[in-house]
Order: sequence, then C-alpha cells, then structure tokens
Amino acid sequence: MQGIGDSMDSIMLSNRIRIHALDMVHAAHASHIGGMLSCADIIAVLYADVAHYDCNNPKWDRRDRVILSKGHSGAVIYAALAECNFFPIEKLKEYGQNGSQLSCHLSHRGVPGVEISTGSLGNGVCVACGMALSLKVQRKAARVFAIIGDGECNEGSVWEMAMLAAQKRLDNFTVIVDRNHMQALGFCKDIIDMEPLSDKWKSFGWSVTVVENGHDHDQLRSAFHFESDGTPKVIIANTVKGHGVSFMENNIRWHYSDPKGDEYNEALKELREYKG
Amino acid sequence: MRKKVVDAIVDIAKYDSRIVFVTGDLGYNVLTAFEQLFPERYINVGISEQNMAAVSAGLALEGHIVFMYSIGNFPTLRCIEQIRNDICYHNANVKILSVGGGMSYGDLGMSHHATEDMAMMRALPNMRVYAPADSIEAVLCLNEAYKTDGPAFIRMEGDREKQQHPDSAKMEIDIHSIIPFGPVSAEVNILTTGTILAEGLRAKDILGEKGISAGVISVPRIKPIDVESIKQLARTSKMLVTLEEHNILGGLGGAVAEVVSSDHVPHAVLLRLGLQDEYTSIVGDQEYLRNFYGISGSRVAETIEQQYQMLAGKEQQ
Repeated sequence: MQGIGDSMDSIMLSNRIRIHALDMVHAAHASHIGGMLSCADIIAVLYADVAHYDCNNPKWDRRDRVILSKGHSGAVIYAALAECNFFPIEKLKEYGQNGSQLSCHLSHRGVPGVEISTGSLGNGVCVACGMALSLKVQRKAARVFAIIGDGECNEGSVWEMAMLAAQKRLDNFTVIVDRNHMQALGFCKDIIDMEPLSDKWKSFGWSVTVVENGHDHDQLRSAFHFESDGTPKVIIANTVKGHGVSFMENNIRWHYSDPKGDEYNEALKELREYKG
Repeated sequence: MRKKVVDAIVDIAKYDSRIVFVTGDLGYNVLTAFEQLFPERYINVGISEQNMAAVSAGLALEGHIVFMYSIGNFPTLRCIEQIRNDICYHNANVKILSVGGGMSYGDLGMSHHATEDMAMMRALPNMRVYAPADSIEAVLCLNEAYKTDGPAFIRMEGDREKQQHPDSAKMEIDIHSIIPFGPVSAEVNILTTGTILAEGLRAKDILGEKGISAGVISVPRIKPIDVESIKQLARTSKMLVTLEEHNILGGLGGAVAEVVSSDHVPHAVLLRLGLQDEYTSIVGDQEYLRNFYGISGSRVAETIEQQYQMLAGKEQQ
C-alpha cells in the first residue's frame, strides 16, 4: 500500500472521500451522490487495508486490480486515488468540467491508478473476471476486486460472468456488491427484487459473505479476509444509499440531483461532523 | 480458410506464450489441436458473448493476445457495446475471428446471416476490419492483425471457398493494398471483399464476352482502407463497382463511397452491389442466395452492363 499516508486510516480516508465526492458533484452539477456515499466505506477499506498498490508505479505488475464496475460512482475512486497520492488532490477539481478527462463515469485515460473505464453496467465486472483469469493462467499472485451495484445485478452479463468465474475457480477474484437496495427509479424490491441475493450467488458456485453493516469498517475488513475454498468470493455489503447525509439516505432523488445552496452546505456540515 | 487460420494460430502459439484462444462454445472439430497443445490457453466461456467480449478485454489488458472466436453476429452484434467500451476504447489486443460471414450459413436463416457485421465493426475507432477472399489472404490478414497492437475483426466464411491466389502469392501480396486480379480497366473496375471475389471474376468474364472491359480487385482489408489506390482507380476508370455479401451501407460500398466522394477531382461513377438495405428472409445455399439477392456473377454482370450502357448513352448526348 505504497501511497497512503502513515496518519491515514480507513475511517479518515472514507470521510475524506465523502467530502471530496460531495464537492465534486456539487461543482460539476453531477448526479449519483447517493450511490457514491453508499460505496465510500467499501472503497476506503480496500485502499487503506486490503489492496496492494504503489502510487509511484500505478502499473506495478504485482498490484491488486481494483475495478469499479458501477462506474457512475467514479468520483469515489478518483478521491481515493488522490488521497493515496496517485495524483494531486487539486486535480479532483477537474471532475466533470469542460475539457477534463475526469469523466463522471470512471475513466482510465489520463488518470493514474484507474484500471479500466466503466459506466455501462455489467461490463467492468466481466473485464475484471478476464483479468483474474489471465492472472491465473500466468500464475501471478495478484488479486482482483470488483465493486458492483445491486441494481447492476439486473444485467444478464453479471450472471454470465458468475458462471465462468466459478467454472474456472477464480479464487483470486472478489466481487463486492454495494447492496444499497435502490436502483435508478426506486427500491430494488419494487423493480427487480434480487432476493434471495446470497442464494443466487451461492447457487452460481460462489463463496458468499454478507456484511450486515457495509459502513462498519471492522465488518468489511473481516469480510475481505475471509478465505474461500477455491471458489470466487462475493461480499454482499448491506449499505444505505446516501449514507452520512441524513436527508439523502434512502431518497431516490439523490440518484440524480446535485446538492445546491443550503442543501450543499447542510450536507457538507453533516459529512464534516460524521465520525464513521 | 477457417482451418488454415486456426492452423496458423496454433503455429504462432507455439512460440508466443501470450496467445490465448477464447471461444463462445463454437468451433466443433476445428479447435482440437489448439486445445490439446495449449489447454491452459484455450478458454471456452460457454454461450455468453457479452461476457466473452469483456473477458477477452480483461485477458488482453493483462498482456495476452486474444483470438476470440464465434459465428457471424454472435461475436459482433450481440456484444457490440462490450467491443466498443471494453475492447476498442482500451485498445485491447483482441482479434475477433468470425466464421460464417455473409450468407455462408445459407440454410440457417437470417439469425446466422452476417450482413451488417462489417459496418458495425468499421464504425468503431481503433478497430481494423478484414474480409479475406481465400485462405492465402486470410492467413496474411491474420498475421497482420497479430503483429498490429489493438483490436481487429477478421470476417471468415468456412472451408469451402476456392483458393484464388497461387501459393506463391503468400510472399508477394501486400495486405495494406488493394489486390488487382489481372490488369485494371479504364472502363469498369469491380472491388470485392471476401469470397464473393469469385462472383466478381465471373462477372468480369461475362462482361468481357460482351465487349466491356472490366478489372477485378480484391480488398481484404476495408479498414484502414487503401485510400490512394482507390482514388487512383476512380480517377482512371469510368465506373467503380463494389461487390460484397453484406448490406451496401457501411461496408465496402460505404468505405469506397467515403473515399471517392471526398476526392476533389473528377472520378468514376460508383455502383454499390450487395444487399440493398434489406434482411435476408429466405434460405438456400450460398450460391442460390447470391443469385437471389443479385450478387452472383451473372446478375452482377447484368446490372453492370445496364448501368454501363446508360452511362455510355449519357456520354453520347
């Protein structure tokens, strides 16, 4: 974990990611703050305590590969990478601005540390599977982590991937489902009810770990340390869309709206007071 | 051509450990040698083309050179977005090998007739597009695609096509250029892509008997296309004809139209032959279907003769 400062722990990292994400969507009038706040802890724990990387050598051969398949939460990855010194924090101001390469959906072009560009749901996780397969074929020890949304699990390609990863026994591959129970137009249970989600993954041949509170870093850390018996792993992390800002929690409006004026100030105040 | 191409990949894989072969559960009896020699580098992803394209991108991004194999519309249209976002945007080293191009699986019906694939692939930045006329061209296309970093699409048919080039041509053909079969004409030149070259050659003979001099030129690589040679042909002949087993939109006809129409000097009239923006809705063998849809040698000759006479009539006025 060459990059993260000595004084930085996962809680501090997650708090900073949340504030960066809020500032970025505010400045860019961008969407998707709700889903960013739901996955911020997962990504903070990954970068603070789990993944191996070197900010001075983003393409280090032995790095663990982190793929954000729910690319609309790209701001969270940009913020994590900036805080881990892949590039200056100042660069985050370019997010979504005219002429910038920091697109609102995650981009690898011009952004050190981003493995692949994503944005069309159900794509990134399959590319991640290909990477894990390649690492196996080449007998390299690096691991692959892919973060997907629960709404994203509607995509058929996710399940095509799930079958292949199990068939190939990709135990170097971990998928984390940001289970915030909401998707674009409402609650998952009212649109495509993914339950029983654990059973679905189990029946596809995966080792499943459920994190009751996907904002609790100790719970997340233990889930990441869970070893499978040769199968790919999925962590279903129960989260809250908009977590950390009271008026954004479980409110579908924040899949789209960008906070302005008083709402921005209030959200910033709450995130500054948030203790993790 | 399929067997020759797979044999060539086996040969390459013997000395290049980066090669992996990915199939969407197709290729009965033709992939056995690769599978037996390199079991770890032979990956059958099952019947799941979207995943296949994205997984191929992931394999390539980790350093492999991926040959991704399936039939006609499956490794192309079925997963077009994965090809765009995951393969082409990342300039991933994935070479799509499609069999059954055009109407070569004639009796299987429109689902298995690949008649828009070249247009779709050609529209994607970074993608190179090849449609070889025989196994000699096919292996040359394969070698170029292998040696060139980035994505490529090679549209093959089956193993039944006639070999058009002598074996010695392997050493002489430059796949970057269009390939004339005999002298080009000052009257009519027929550009073809894929095995329909055979129909172009037939049309040339028929036209010759009627006193119309025609040249025939194979275009195995339609992207990037040989712009200068096509401009030159258009400047020095009266009529250019494109002939393809594909929609006339977006494939060879589209590519040549783009070249010719952007030229600033007087040039030949362009006649695009292929499927006239329609789906196939009958079945039959390839020969039958080519004739039915107006792209057999005799029907091509007929259409060219009509258009040529019309053109000659206008010139006299």
